[in-house]
Amino acid sequence: MSWADTLAQGLLLGGLYALFAAGLSLVFGIMRLVNLAHGDLIVLGAYLILGIGSALGISPFLAASIALPVMFALGWVLQMALLNRVLGEDILPPLLVTFGLSVVIQNGLLSAFTADSRKLPIGPVEAHSLPLGPVTVGVMPLITFGSAIAVILILNWLFYRTALGRAFRATSDDAVTAQLMGIRPKQIFGMATGIALVVATIAALYLGARANFDPSIGPARLLYAFEAVIIGGLGSLWGTLAGGLVIGVAQTFGAALNPEWQILAGHIAFVAVLLVRPRGLFPRAQD
Amino acid sequence: MSDLLELRGLTAHYGDFQALFGVDLTLARGETLAIIGANGAGKTTLMRAITGIARVTAGSVALDGRQIDRLAAPDILRAGIAMVPEGRRLFPSLTVEENLRIGAHARQGNGFWTLERIFDLFPILRERRSHPGTALSGGQQQMVAIGRALMSNPSVLLCDELSLGLAPVVIKEIYAAFPTIRESGASIVVVEQDIGQALKIADHVHCMMEGRITLSGRPQDLSREAIHDAYFGVSHA
Repeated sequence: MSWADTLAQGLLLGGLYALFAAGLSLVFGIMRLVNLAHGDLIVLGAYLILGIGSALGISPFLAASIALPVMFALGWVLQMALLNRVLGEDILPPLLVTFGLSVVIQNGLLSAFTADSRKLPIGPVEAHSLPLGPVTVGVMPLITFGSAIAVILILNWLFYRTALGRAFRATSDDAVTAQLMGIRPKQIFGMATGIALVVATIAALYLGARANFDPSIGPARLLYAFEAVIIGGLGSLWGTLAGGLVIGVAQTFGAALNPEWQILAGHIAFVAVLLVRPRGLFPRAQD
Repeated sequence: MSDLLELRGLTAHYGDFQALFGVDLTLARGETLAIIGANGAGKTTLMRAITGIARVTAGSVALDGRQIDRLAAPDILRAGIAMVPEGRRLFPSLTVEENLRIGAHARQGNGFWTLERIFDLFPILRERRSHPGTALSGGQQQMVAIGRALMSNPSVLLCDELSLGLAPVVIKEIYAAFPTIRESGASIVVVEQDIGQALKIADHVHCMMEGRITLSGRPQDLSREAIHDAYFGVSHA
């Protein structure tokens, strides 16, 4: 495999990591909440797509479109019923609660679906590839990458061009003054977590289409996502995309040198970026 | 003039500390009321209690006959009370125009105040509309904060320490907008440490000290000495 190929594979893989990270970044940017169950919620999304697909006998793509509103509702309820109660000055309670949620989801999936590996059956498109200049790329990784760009574009539009996004930013700046504008912060947070789980479901579709998944893989996805968010700079969505790409490229180059180095190379890139730029590549000015 | 806002025995605490001791106060429709007092007199707490930011522990607040003291802050705004908070508190992530537009977040239907009317009131904001709100000078930020509160088309506008930290010429410029605000139909409560400014614009003045109203009256009926004594807590008894 040429270096150009490796770079292309890395960038495409980075798109998937950016999708893992975008929901996490959004929630952190709005309510300073690090959701330790984010990876498990992605895995839950993958099982939901699998379940809907096999129950209705439809393709994972169609099943995902049904799973999206379901996951939005789950995110909204999760925030309103649980997370809003623990958000406050102290950052420890939400960390503990989402950590507990992560354990609950993993064990729930384990008893419902066993520890067997699953994969989303996406059909022949899995094997299709395209020549792109000097390199050949898979169609699915390309769709994944395109989806990541689209998700970041849409989230940015939502954040900076809509009334809801304005309320997101105002609440993030100063929740007390936001209430004086008639904004209800708890509902705003509910919307944010709902949207984050919509993005997590999109990530779940490509995760399940690309490789096997089982109930235990959530925490590792969380780690990649978290590293992508930190590399990009907290609260910056384009930064999160860049962070995902850095980890993806580092992993594929690591794997090209020695297959055992793939995961390690991603973590080393994370540490290296933090050594040079402790606040990430694109830190928000006021953080 | 009928009473629009009526406070009866309003009491508020910060934890164990009692900040307001049974405050009675009425604001008539169309009236401008000034509350003066030294630092720590309870003026800001009073504003925060009315708007639902500070919890009311006893007494009542009624707007147009409807009791509102148990409502949450966003619902009190919807009921028609908007506040220009102390220190302006613009949203740093929002531009001037976005800061103004977010003031209309909960608004339903039309009203006097629109973005254009705010820009007519404070023309400098039209030029600065795409700047970050917090990149403006203190006086311009205060204009944004006033405009933001007006964008909800409130029946009662509360202004907390508008003149704090501003140069006299800027304070004058800001208070020059008040006749227009009054004409729009809003009744106004201003909290001020600047006694001269308060006496100039108010129909009624209340002086607060240690969480209580210690002196009330029309500006023309209050002697400088009486105000001075109430403000500084001097007793000739």
